[in-house]
Amino acid sequence: MALDFLVELLISALIVVGGVFSLVGSFGLAKLPDLMTRLHGPTKSATLGVGAVLIASMLFAAWYEGHLSLHELLITLFLFLTAPITANFIAKAFLHGHADQKRRLPPTGSDYGWASFDAPPESGDEEPNSMAGPRRGGN
Amino acid sequence: MITYALFFGFACLAVALLLNLYRLARGPSIADRVLALDTMVVNGIGLLALYGMATDAEVYFEAALLFAMVGFISTVAYCKFILRGDIIE
Repeated sequence: MALDFLVELLISALIVVGGVFSLVGSFGLAKLPDLMTRLHGPTKSATLGVGAVLIASMLFAAWYEGHLSLHELLITLFLFLTAPITANFIAKAFLHGHADQKRRLPPTGSDYGWASFDAPPESGDEEPNSMAGPRRGGN
Repeated sequence: MITYALFFGFACLAVALLLNLYRLARGPSIADRVLALDTMVVNGIGLLALYGMATDAEVYFEAALLFAMVGFISTVAYCKFILRGDIIE
């Protein structure tokens, strides 16, 4: 049956694409020179690869077992939502330990430095955000 | 055809996990190791999904969902610990 073959082809293609993207992402993680470039591999490529594998799994369950399960979509959505957050956190943790990177930055053209390293200017009318605000002493 | 695609996917994810392990052992800074662990979780979810397809078992999807949540929480907690020296202030 032609439709059967097409669905099988689609599932296989999604699995292969997912495997290749995961491999490329992890290869980038092992190969690229420093952390800020290494972040690109896993957060984009590996997330896309796992998303493709999970969608293939969802199609597989829907076509061969006859019930459409949305678990996989849930996992895919969760991964796509959390990948940028984890990348941001890892970059912040990296910058926290490497304050010498500040010297490599170009000037901002204003009185204040880059927001990654310096506290935001006191504007008076709005409450400073606790995440971006000046670091309180560690406790 | 799906069987061969599954074998190919297993091979790709196994090599990817080995590359992550290399970065985990080698990584010069601590953020590299956190990143390697996070990527290992993501690849592990892919492996669980493939294994669930290969064995037609439903359990692995729930395991993958739990894995995704625990991986995210642990990465955020670790980064928070590096940043602030404490997880819950």
